[in-house]
Amino acid sequence: MIDTPNVDWLALSPSVALLAAAGVALLSVLLPEWMRKAVAATAAFAGFAVAAGCAVVVFDHTPSPEVLLDGSMVRDQLTAMSQVILGVTGAAVVFASWGERRRTNHAEYYALLATAGAGMAFFVSADNLMTLFLGLEWFSLCLYILVAFDNERATSLEAGLKYLIVGGFGSAVLLFGSALVYGATGQLSFQDIASANPTSEAFLFAGLAMLLAGLAFKVSAAPFHMWTPDVYEGSPTSITAFMSAATKTAALVAMLRVLVTAFPEQSDVWTIAVAVLAAISLAWGNLGALAQHDLKRILAYSSISHAGFLLMAVSANSERGGEALLYYLVVYSAMSVGAFAVVAARERELQAPVTLESLAGFGWERPYHGVALWTFMLGMAGFPLTGGLFGKLFVFSAAYDAGEWWLVLIGVAATAVSLAYYLNVVRWMYMRSGTELTLAVAGGSPPRDLALGVAIGAAVVVTVGSFFVVQPILDVASDAAASLPF
Amino acid sequence: MLTTALILLPIAAALVVAVLPLPRETTAGLAFLAALMEVALWIVAAARYDYDAGGLQLDSSREWVESLGISYSVGFYGFSVWLVGASVVVFAAAIGYALRVGRDRSRAYYALMLFLLGAVVATFVSQDLLLFYVSFEAMLIPLYVLVGVWGGERRQAATVTFVIYTMAGSLLMLAAVVAFGVTQGTFSLVESGTSDNTWIFLGFAIAFAVKAPLFPFHGWLPLAYREAPVEVAAVLSAVVSKTAVYGFLRIALPKFPDPADDLSGLILVLASAGLIYGSVLAFRSADLRGVVAYSSMAQMGLITMGIFAFDDLGASGAVLQSVAHGLISAGMFLLVGMVERRCGTGELDALGGMARGRPALATIVLIAGMIALAVPGSATFAGEFLIMAGVYAQGWGYSVVVALGVVLAAMYTLRVISAILHVKPGRAVREEALDLRVGELALVVPMILLLLGLSVWPALVSESSFSGETTPLTAGRPGWTGYAPVEGNG
Repeated sequence: MIDTPNVDWLALSPSVALLAAAGVALLSVLLPEWMRKAVAATAAFAGFAVAAGCAVVVFDHTPSPEVLLDGSMVRDQLTAMSQVILGVTGAAVVFASWGERRRTNHAEYYALLATAGAGMAFFVSADNLMTLFLGLEWFSLCLYILVAFDNERATSLEAGLKYLIVGGFGSAVLLFGSALVYGATGQLSFQDIASANPTSEAFLFAGLAMLLAGLAFKVSAAPFHMWTPDVYEGSPTSITAFMSAATKTAALVAMLRVLVTAFPEQSDVWTIAVAVLAAISLAWGNLGALAQHDLKRILAYSSISHAGFLLMAVSANSERGGEALLYYLVVYSAMSVGAFAVVAARERELQAPVTLESLAGFGWERPYHGVALWTFMLGMAGFPLTGGLFGKLFVFSAAYDAGEWWLVLIGVAATAVSLAYYLNVVRWMYMRSGTELTLAVAGGSPPRDLALGVAIGAAVVVTVGSFFVVQPILDVASDAAASLPF
Repeated sequence: MLTTALILLPIAAALVVAVLPLPRETTAGLAFLAALMEVALWIVAAARYDYDAGGLQLDSSREWVESLGISYSVGFYGFSVWLVGASVVVFAAAIGYALRVGRDRSRAYYALMLFLLGAVVATFVSQDLLLFYVSFEAMLIPLYVLVGVWGGERRQAATVTFVIYTMAGSLLMLAAVVAFGVTQGTFSLVESGTSDNTWIFLGFAIAFAVKAPLFPFHGWLPLAYREAPVEVAAVLSAVVSKTAVYGFLRIALPKFPDPADDLSGLILVLASAGLIYGSVLAFRSADLRGVVAYSSMAQMGLITMGIFAFDDLGASGAVLQSVAHGLISAGMFLLVGMVERRCGTGELDALGGMARGRPALATIVLIAGMIALAVPGSATFAGEFLIMAGVYAQGWGYSVVVALGVVLAAMYTLRVISAILHVKPGRAVREEALDLRVGELALVVPMILLLLGLSVWPALVSESSFSGETTPLTAGRPGWTGYAPVEGNG
């Protein structure tokens, strides 16, 4: 008999549920055509919902971290909490995708979405360099296809190609970095790397730098962000929403885990490296957004700047930093999915890309979407009455605690610059009249899209709710952050 | 509970107004009713406050973010009672004015006004640094839209400039809030100690200086006050600027005694410069709104001088002057709006001769003008006198500046009174332009009466602002005469 490791199915359940959902979604091609979309979407939604539910159970039943499958995965509250964020995000994205005007390939779309979610859920639990790379490729491959999914649109194909090439390069860098780290230490699992006696400091640091760079591609932190605006602009908007929220969450959690678990000895180097990445992202993202005209590109640059804020929390290298990161991710995911969902609504109404001009009068004509987008913009700018304020506050206090007061000042300056474009969106929505609109609205009421409305409403609730209910979220985040050996 | 109700009532009303699909007049009426209820609620609070005991009263507190020591804590000090009082009265008048002239998109408009009221009240009663920051910032959200949507021709430029200035200040304050809160381990203003970090103090001071505005941070003022709807301009100059006064009195001075002392010379000089410069600009201004706007800047300079006099005379004078200036500048702005509606312009050249055949307008403008120029015996005179006497301890030169400011105030106010009422009838003044109507009188007269009441009994405000053993300003420091109530000078 071959000895098989004992499999902890509960810990794997989020990924398994999503894979099962993907299977069901794919099988829906066997059904009559009119049922396919409904079955596939329901399956994907159920998959994400069950994954989030299972993750909640895992969170409750995992007081201390456990290593699984011979050191390749870890079951802890950090994994579980990020899986909850991923699951809820994915479920919202399924709702946002429902009204997309697509005639065919529903089964493939939802199957790939669920598989990408499964990959991310696996990725955040990775505890050695192999599983880290496998998880990364798993969800990346799905995303490459999803980005290019609207293949009748040239921009979508272009985005797919760009993402494939740049993303492939990023994965290669990560893989090479892993190889160097393995070469220097002879270990794959994060804990063993930390305790190993490296044969070559130079290889170890080179490997660390390349690991960091590879993950920074996925986080879309400057200067590894070049793909972001084009890909965000070209992808189907629901996929952009998914990437901006879920990919960032997964990549940041993985980055935090790798750095803290595998490289505690090198922390004085990587905290500075991450802080510098944060500073560059803040500067580049915010300045870049000022020059943009297309709303999806503005949000893309804004997501680069948020990567900066999130990396600030990572660079604090403290439990408070981890807490801040997770709280920020909850709020940011909601705001980002919500904002892209509103963009999708406008896109479906106008049948054209959404620029600032095409927002003229939007706030008055579509009060629900207008107020929602207003809330998200204020939230991203860190205004009160949204969790965005506390996100920034926690990140700043973590950085200040870690002695990085200069980074706090850069963050404050970046926030000031970001107001220019966030408030510009509000200005176009409310202070320009709809008569300035050069694109004719089809007339009558916009396409009825209840599912999208639900996704937007949920995002508003989380964005505003996280302002009033801070402590419970923070408690969960602090339990999750405590899984790491700070 | 009462304090929380004062914050929540307008915000709840804002939600109701925004959501209910009522016709324009009903919406406006509902909003006005809410503003009046807020006044009534404030009267209850003012009556319940025990002025002899002083200190923090009507307070309530609830944990918000335990791990960082952030709480929702609100409560009244003596001076908060009066600052909130001026705010609720001004808001009621402003909403009443909007009800009279009618505003488009009324549900959004009144919802934003009421939300602004809630945020202003929250600012004046917050006893937690983060709650203060939240309400201070929350004021900006409605103001941005109120100026940008309902303002005049150049409203977009006005609103953008305003937001950039204020946010630059506020974000510095956010950095200061984080730094102060993290080092203290609590954000509560009641529990936290003092700090001697000059940089953190500057973060707060600049934010307040922009909001006030103090020279040289007043770049946003002319456009915002000219382009805002007139009742929003009234609220801006009368109420929103006073949040800076609260910030100085509750945070900048008590929490940073040494830095405040070190930098008081600089701030006093800037405030003096603002007083003189604002007065001269008001005197040179070519239109009504310019006069009121720049005079408001001058008055804020004066109030700041009172605050940085570091004694009970100056501080209570600053509070008295804040209340009086709040009421008078709101009244003036509303009168400006009424004149502008009749003549279609606020250019002083095009006005004149309106006293003839319009007795009510003439009387009200004259009385308001007399109070604004601080005629001896008026509440503003009492405030200016207290400030002058208080700041004397810091150097006799400052008192001379204050006296000069009083003279300049007389010059610009008299100029504007005669430009509206006297000289030849201007080209914009049509014969059939009406006198003030009953509805308009009903908005302005109550504020004038309150000011006359304060003129008779200024000690009502000045002696109860810092009464009691524990006030925010009792931090011992050299050169302070302390904030114990002055016995028997009433």
